[in-house]
Amino acid sequence: MARTGYDDVVLAAPVTVPYVRFSIKSAHWFLGRAVAQLIAAAKIAKARIDGMAVASFTLAPDSAVGLTQHLGVTLRWLDHVPMGGAAGIVSIRRAARAVQSGDAEIVACIAGDTNHPDSFRRNAAAFSQFAQDAVYPYGSGGPNTSFAFLTSYYMRTYGAAREDFGKLCVAQRSNALKNPSALFKKPLTLDEYLNARLIADPLRLFDCVMPCAGADGFLVMRRQTAEQLGLPFVRLLAAIERHNAFPEDPVQYRGGWALDCDELYAQAGIGPDEIDFLETYDDYPVINVLQFEDLGFCAKGEGPAFIRANTFEANGTFPFNTSGGQLSVGQAGAAGGSLGIVEAIRQLTGQTLGARVAEARHGLVSGFGMINYDRGLCSGAVVLGAA
Amino acid sequence: MPEPFKRPKRKNPIVRTRLPTLPPGLRSRVALGLTAAAARGRFELQVCRDCGAVQYPPREVCRVCLSHRLIWRPQDGRGELLSETVLRVAQELFFRERLPWRVGMVRLDAGVNVVAYVHENVSDAPCRVRIEAALDRAGQAALIALADDRRRSVLSDDPKLREMTCDPLGRKILVTDGKSVLGQAAVRALAAAGADLIWIGEAEPWKKIPGFAALRELSAAKIVPLDLTDGRSVQVLAGEIGAKVDIVVNTAEYHRTFGIAARRGVETAQLEMEVNYFGLLRLAQAFAPALKARAADGPTNAIAWVNVLSIFALANYPAHGTYSASKAAAFSLSQTLRAELRPAGVRVINLFPGPVDDEWDQLELPPKLSPAAVAAALVAALKDSVEDVYPGDVAQDWLARHLDNAKALERELSEGNR
Repeated sequence: MARTGYDDVVLAAPVTVPYVRFSIKSAHWFLGRAVAQLIAAAKIAKARIDGMAVASFTLAPDSAVGLTQHLGVTLRWLDHVPMGGAAGIVSIRRAARAVQSGDAEIVACIAGDTNHPDSFRRNAAAFSQFAQDAVYPYGSGGPNTSFAFLTSYYMRTYGAAREDFGKLCVAQRSNALKNPSALFKKPLTLDEYLNARLIADPLRLFDCVMPCAGADGFLVMRRQTAEQLGLPFVRLLAAIERHNAFPEDPVQYRGGWALDCDELYAQAGIGPDEIDFLETYDDYPVINVLQFEDLGFCAKGEGPAFIRANTFEANGTFPFNTSGGQLSVGQAGAAGGSLGIVEAIRQLTGQTLGARVAEARHGLVSGFGMINYDRGLCSGAVVLGAA
Repeated sequence: MPEPFKRPKRKNPIVRTRLPTLPPGLRSRVALGLTAAAARGRFELQVCRDCGAVQYPPREVCRVCLSHRLIWRPQDGRGELLSETVLRVAQELFFRERLPWRVGMVRLDAGVNVVAYVHENVSDAPCRVRIEAALDRAGQAALIALADDRRRSVLSDDPKLREMTCDPLGRKILVTDGKSVLGQAAVRALAAAGADLIWIGEAEPWKKIPGFAALRELSAAKIVPLDLTDGRSVQVLAGEIGAKVDIVVNTAEYHRTFGIAARRGVETAQLEMEVNYFGLLRLAQAFAPALKARAADGPTNAIAWVNVLSIFALANYPAHGTYSASKAAAFSLSQTLRAELRPAGVRVINLFPGPVDDEWDQLELPPKLSPAAVAAALVAALKDSVEDVYPGDVAQDWLARHLDNAKALERELSEGNR
């Protein structure tokens, strides 16, 4: 059976609660600020929001349920999406079906976390049962360990060089410099990237995302609702998600996108050639390369050649992570999965904070999350179109 | 090739003695199956009883057929090192104090991935390796990738992995009774393993035992008065050497045959308890605090406590009934000691030998363990990073019967079927 399309589902009102390296506030503060900014941006009363999808790592002991009382919202549709870097994409998929079916009219998709000086250790130590039992006791490196394995394997197998990853990081930094909300304010040279201090071979400092506090949010509704509210919006053309793809691959050299990529473009009715910019999930540069390949921008293993053949600034040959991505903006926990979404809405509605991709009509945003043990389990992507 | 371990320079007395830190010890209950096997020196993974699929990380249901019947089974550990890294930043103090760490991802031939420490001898990925399980300083199982053809005892060749062991090389060791044939064998084996100094406890100086005088010839040995039945004797020795001992090896025991009916009175049983149980208690009260305090004292830190128990501690052997009871009591107390020393990273190792070829096991039928074999098992236990050791065929046989059906073993032993 063919999947139902997303018809007139739209995304609007992208908001970002400014990122900070550390905060003494709790996740509730950041998520609450996101909702406040959403209703301000949409010029609606709080009561108009009747659905909410929430992603956060640091909300414990609360879940999305507790947040409804904390924020004083009465909802008829609520979802907690504990999928880290894929949570934003998954939230869109779920919210889209809710507004299509009339289960909710306006769904606030919010993702955010706080960050204290000891948060990274706590999160890494108790990330999952498998991580606690079988990864963290081996050096307590957290995600650095896992991505070092993937990066090293990818480099060896497909001939990627440090310079390839560096080119992406440098381009992202260049994009970030135009984004006032990015935490990294200084240009990054390839030399600085290559000679930064080692973290977990072959990863060096600028390969590793910087955890921070912050939140992102946007609204999902039907086109008619957005028009009534006078909100600029983008159309949801296609969406995919996948969990625990390719469990037999010894090392993760491809993500779930590879399974669902054809369907994504078929549903969107366009191909990769017609994508004007790409926002990937980028906590470490190797995962960008997997997304280039698995989302059809180049063939498997051709990532390094693709990088060498393109420039990745917002005005480059392949506009990519145009706000700077997590690697240059910061990773506000689960908000990392929504950073690309709010950026894509801004690009396609002409509300960019920083660098603008000229005449962008279609943007692709992908998510990736949850290194539960030896690989990231969740993948997803959406194609968004200008109104 | 790694550098061989060198005897460290004398410690600067002005420098603060560091406090012990541990690797993360938290595990789910099901993951403790790995620890249970590693404590005996085995690498076991869950295997599905229904479809045969090997599982890792430990879990509740089969990753292939969803069966809940997962059983721990020994693995040969062979596989390929797919990818590796050297961690230069760590979140936990234990690792941070010892950076960098070589860690790898290994695809076992059995079809699962494991994350493991990688021994220095292993070449760069990709290459063939063999996974072994050993106890880390937190007392939990840690997987280690070794070069394919190397045995487990190579742990000490790697400076990081050496810390998982309790290698007697360069260490100062108290052997509580050096006079018994087993005690003498222990002293000789520890000396041969490179112990820096061995204090040999002697309870009854008037008693001349063959072979004991010859121990004085060992350059590393020093005979000291120690009577575990006398609290004062234990305390005096602890006051003299307690702050220097790295490993306590409790070989002292009182062993008589017979059960209940063959004897009148409780005096013999009391003596067994005095040495085997209360002796251990006195020793632990006097020496354990200093061991804990020196658990992070450089490369020759306080690191282990060894009890020579008996396989009779596991199930009462009526022909040695009261002795079995005293060893069971000691075994139980050793678990308290382990609980108290584990937070400092000091390992309590229990040896459960079968009948030994000595005077009190005279009437036991062969096979019997030579004292030298028990001593060799003791040294191997220190080097191999294990906790529970069952040396010899009889001990292995009893253990298997005990694990299979403890009640059946009780019946068999009560019928004299050893």
